[in-house]
Amino acid sequence: MTDTDADAGWFAGRDADEAAGRDAVDAARDRIADGETDEPRDWPTLAVDAGFADSTDDYYDRLREATVTATRATVRERERADDQQLIHSVRAMEDSERTANELAERAAEWAGSLFDDAEPGIEGARAVAARKPEGELERRAVSLAARVVDLAAERDALAETIDRTAPAVAPNLVEMAGPELAARLIALAGGLEPLAKKPSGTVQVLGAEDALFAHLSGRAPSPKHGIIYTHDYVRNTRPEDRGSAARALAGKLTLAARVDHYSGERRATLHEELRERMATIRARAETGDGEINGGADPDAEGDA
Amino acid sequence: MSDPDLPAGVERREIAGETRLATRGDPVYGEPTADGWRAWDPERSKLGGMLELGFDTGLTGGETVLYLGAASGTTVSHVADFAGPTYAVEFAPRPARDLLDAAEPRDRLFPLLKDARKPETYAHVVEADIDAVVQDVATRGQATVAARNARFLAEDGRLLLAVKARSEDATADPDEVFETALDELRETYEVLETSRLDRYHEDHLGVVATPR
Repeated sequence: MTDTDADAGWFAGRDADEAAGRDAVDAARDRIADGETDEPRDWPTLAVDAGFADSTDDYYDRLREATVTATRATVRERERADDQQLIHSVRAMEDSERTANELAERAAEWAGSLFDDAEPGIEGARAVAARKPEGELERRAVSLAARVVDLAAERDALAETIDRTAPAVAPNLVEMAGPELAARLIALAGGLEPLAKKPSGTVQVLGAEDALFAHLSGRAPSPKHGIIYTHDYVRNTRPEDRGSAARALAGKLTLAARVDHYSGERRATLHEELRERMATIRARAETGDGEINGGADPDAEGDA
Repeated sequence: MSDPDLPAGVERREIAGETRLATRGDPVYGEPTADGWRAWDPERSKLGGMLELGFDTGLTGGETVLYLGAASGTTVSHVADFAGPTYAVEFAPRPARDLLDAAEPRDRLFPLLKDARKPETYAHVVEADIDAVVQDVATRGQATVAARNARFLAEDGRLLLAVKARSEDATADPDEVFETALDELRETYEVLETSRLDRYHEDHLGVVATPR
């Protein structure tokens, strides 16, 4: 056994923790929750060799106590993650993305005047940021590109956080819409409860407020979809069926938000029903049926 | 009445007038019991379905198991009843709360609130040379999850995987989804057996594989 081997295990560092006067169970819990290593090893044997446990059985007893405590604590903490935190995360992500793109344009324009091969966009900024600048102007242009890269990385980190936290807030909505769209819907409605209380016709056009008000003042046709356009079920359905697809999806998303808010249980039938409904709508493209423009939709569904 | 195809500790028992798969342990989800044995419902458990359908799982009882996608602990509680040390990885906090209840009376069931797509976040807890990795995760990239977790398996260990077609692509033909998943799986594993679980789980493929 080498020291480095045992050091990577969750049980390592106990002596230091004890010296610091930490409660052994608390410390083990933190190491289970936050530790990382690439390769698993024969932890039971290493722990016995390192004097952490008297025997493999003793090791497993300690492991169980630590994992149960760690999991219980993390469950409690994650359940505190609420819809308001999710809204902050998704808005911060959107701002980071927009700002990164705007700044990337500026950086590219500047870099293009200094270097021959400057490309636009985040990737272009990445290439510029990797350059060795000469002179003050180049230093500033390269530094600006580096800010763009950092901001894009922050955007990605926020997206990962949303992936992790959104399922705890709204499991059914996330399963149906994916973490990002689910978070955006919650943000647009102002919370999970307000979203759960909206009629599905409103959910259908959330994010298309400009088009909706243009329509209400008589200047435009009614919008078929808002932010839910980004969902594969809408975007990848042929244009003449998108209204039906958006209506069906919005109906089920509304139900998903209600189940998430009022019960919190996963409801499999909801996802199954949407899948079947979408299969029916998409089958129209194969049989050549079309929705008559502006006419009544024969299978129009009321709000759920 | 033990069955040679079943791991030790899993038997077909007479419970509530029916012959059913069963393990010995504390009930977890209101399943019927008789004489300390609890019925293992193949319709609620992919692994239960695989055993019922006669897959050669290589499980003999008493092995070390890594279970990915433990959810509320329905299946993993049965696994912990007949296997040895059982690591149960679940990502979502709400089901993990029920998993903790299932772990309460089982002293070799270790619940971990971790993301199965990121094995480096639990490789400092889960030991090496695991005998069986059981995977039932409902996310995209199920083959990728299996590949990343191959690091835990012993050379002759088994991957027992249920691929859920709808988690990969809700609109594609399940057969195509399974082919794509198997192709990716073959980069890390030798696939020993595959069969649809439709009798118990619609649009699921059961897979037994061993690391290359």
